Amino acid sequence: MAKREIQEINAGSMADIAFLLLIFFLVTTTMDTDTGLIRKLPPPPEDVSDPEKIDIKQRNIFEVLVNANDQLLADGEYIPVTELKEKVKEFIKGDPNNPEMPEYKVEEVPLFGSIPVSKQIVSLQNDNGTSYQMYIKVQNELIGAYREVRNERAMKEFGKSFDELLVLAEKSEEFSNQAEAIKAIYPQRISEAEPKSIGGKK
Amino acid sequence: MSKFRKDGKKAMPAISTASLPDIVFMLLFFFMVTTTMRQTTLKVNVVLPKATEVEKLEKKSLVSYIYIGDPIKSLQASFGTAARIQLNDAFAVKEDLFQFVEMEKDKRDEAERNMITWSLKVDQDTKMGIVTEVKQEMRKVNALKINYSAKRTDKISE
Repeated sequence: MAKREIQEINAGSMADIAFLLLIFFLVTTTMDTDTGLIRKLPPPPEDVSDPEKIDIKQRNIFEVLVNANDQLLADGEYIPVTELKEKVKEFIKGDPNNPEMPEYKVEEVPLFGSIPVSKQIVSLQNDNGTSYQMYIKVQNELIGAYREVRNERAMKEFGKSFDELLVLAEKSEEFSNQAEAIKAIYPQRISEAEPKSIGGKK
Repeated sequence: MSKFRKDGKKAMPAISTASLPDIVFMLLFFFMVTTTMRQTTLKVNVVLPKATEVEKLEKKSLVSYIYIGDPIKSLQASFGTAARIQLNDAFAVKEDLFQFVEMEKDKRDEAERNMITWSLKVDQDTKMGIVTEVKQEMRKVNALKINYSAKRTDKISE
């Protein structure tokens, strides 16, 4: 009986099949990595407590107002959004000798013991007609201001920026404690007031 | 003259294409690994705003999306041009958010329900009114971890 030679399978069309699959995936998928500003909303107000009752001194609040024309009023001054960060940074850092700047309260901070911590709060209020783009810009500047202040302090105290500490925190407890301490000195307090609808349609 | 000159008339051997499938498969696997499937068909135009302080969203499986923007061109005839909310594949009103949040929570394990990030993909020209309504609604249903989707940029402009 003659042994029949096994014929080789022609793999020439393999490339076509692979291309077909490749193109299918190219079309159906999105490449974008998701990025964004991460924020935490305040829990829903409880019916019993009256929000008006919380009394905060004017000097402890940095008020940011955005109107329907995307104009910005920061602590009573009309400024462009590009100058907001510097002003907020100045406010967060504070100045113990200036009666206009926020008060200090002695608090227990890990690694530092009892030190005065600024009672700063940044309050953001926007109009219903404000554009989302402007809102994001303002949020961005506020978050940026906190980050930069923390970075500077961490640099001074530990010789590493806060960003670096956060990256290293996963590996070592020491850095994680340092990051926590910096966070405790400059807690991010961005409060969003209920929006007003003065200028413009929804 | 030269010793090294070759006979000019040798025919070029055909380049073997046997490794072509390998190359293409490599590309294919690269794309399969790096990309995610498009889950929803967008019915609203969303041009994301730009920001400098953006963070990367970890754990895609724990992210739910809410889209807000003008309806796309082909739907403007029937839905108008006012900004709308899109949940999953359909237009919604803010009252639907409650159900949406519950359904999204049901999809996850019990332990992970409070770790869901709600990614708001909002068009940059939308007015804050509708965004605020959504935010208030999210507060009511205790969905508090919000991510304002934005693209990374080096510098924000005036």
